[in-house]
Amino acid sequence: MTGHQVRALGSAVLIDDSRPIFLQIAERIEGDIIEGTLQEEAQVPSTNAFASFYRINPATAAKGVNRLVDDGILYKQRGIGMFVATGARAALVQRRREQFFDQYVQPLAREARKLGIEPLELAEMIRQSETATVHGGAS
Amino acid sequence: MKTVIEVRNLSKSYRNSVALDSVILSLEPDRIYGLLGRNGAGKTTLMSMLTAQGFPNSGEVKVFGEDPYENEQVLSRICFIRESQKYPDSFSAKHAFRSAALFFKNWDQELAGRLVEDFQLPVKRTIKKLSRGQLSAVGVIIGLASRAELTFFDEPYLGLDAVARQLFYDRLVEDYGRYPRTIVLSSHLIDEVANLLEHVIVIDKGRIIMDDDAESIRGSAFTVVGSADKVGTFLQGREIIHTDNFASLASVTAVGTLSRAEKTEAAELGLELAPVSLQQLVVRKTISAAGADLGASKTSSLEVTR
Repeated sequence: MTGHQVRALGSAVLIDDSRPIFLQIAERIEGDIIEGTLQEEAQVPSTNAFASFYRINPATAAKGVNRLVDDGILYKQRGIGMFVATGARAALVQRRREQFFDQYVQPLAREARKLGIEPLELAEMIRQSETATVHGGAS
Repeated sequence: MKTVIEVRNLSKSYRNSVALDSVILSLEPDRIYGLLGRNGAGKTTLMSMLTAQGFPNSGEVKVFGEDPYENEQVLSRICFIRESQKYPDSFSAKHAFRSAALFFKNWDQELAGRLVEDFQLPVKRTIKKLSRGQLSAVGVIIGLASRAELTFFDEPYLGLDAVARQLFYDRLVEDYGRYPRTIVLSSHLIDEVANLLEHVIVIDKGRIIMDDDAESIRGSAFTVVGSADKVGTFLQGREIIHTDNFASLASVTAVGTLSRAEKTEAAELGLELAPVSLQQLVVRKTISAAGADLGASKTSSLEVTR
């Protein structure tokens, strides 16, 4: 399930069984930073709040958050809480772009090949989807 | 880190049946443990030994570093909520909470009051007259509000509907977040509790067959679905824990993880990959353990090698 599908459910539904939860928590926070839901220098909810919201073990939530601290995406202010670092968004976008080919383009091209969709045809489809409604999907 | 529970070679049999077979365990403080396994696997026996409510035939149990038997120092720090907890006949829930408040030094009356409202528990009715779900709610409330350093919940949800169970899980996560302590949650409803657990212990026929961090178990196995020969080639050399065949298709569960390259290879071969949930993994493992008992070739497939 992609992040977008999960978000469309609009609840604490998360978690695919194939990967550690702490990674998924970290990715959710990253996604929120990239989309601007969490602004740079904004305070991030506490690990207990994450745990309650996603109904997961607080230690697991803490592990996800700490991973982002180690990456320099979040920083801790003792006694106050956790904040989004300046420059976090650009760093995350850069990283996601590097993963984009593997994660999205290759599977797409593979499926297209299977269905006999030519690369040019595929490119045209992508262009069309750009002009089509951007907010489609969630009802 | 100091351990809360140390168990060495613990064995217990009842007449002809072995309930616990050389169990070795060590539990660290302030974690939520899942104690999982089938009915009769030995979960309740194990918890009874750990709370000094039963005597082992052999082996050693240490709780907070001491022998728990008739040890008030140790027992006053433990709360054990049994599946079918008994209360004196004349007791109402209010009486039960009052006794719990006397016994548990960390008892939080305010939390108990909030939980009573959450579960809409009639506190003045005698416990005898409560429904099965309400009886479970009494146990859940005592277990949470006692805030004991070591709390055992043995299938605490009998008769609780899905909403009430969710309420229990939510309050557990919330209160544990604020007041970390060691919690041992025994459950059949593995999918429901999987995400709450930090560590998972699976017991089968009195033996521990899994004792691992929940996060490392997550993703420690995967299922491949596709034409049987392609699946076979793809999984060559891997440890297989389960196989289902359907016509020319096979669905095979194997131990380990797949690299990105291997995932791509699977996709190129037209194979489908599916994650294995904790519940599926436990079912697979306890089934293959049963198979081993029936005299199937004795492999090490019961243990996750990593």
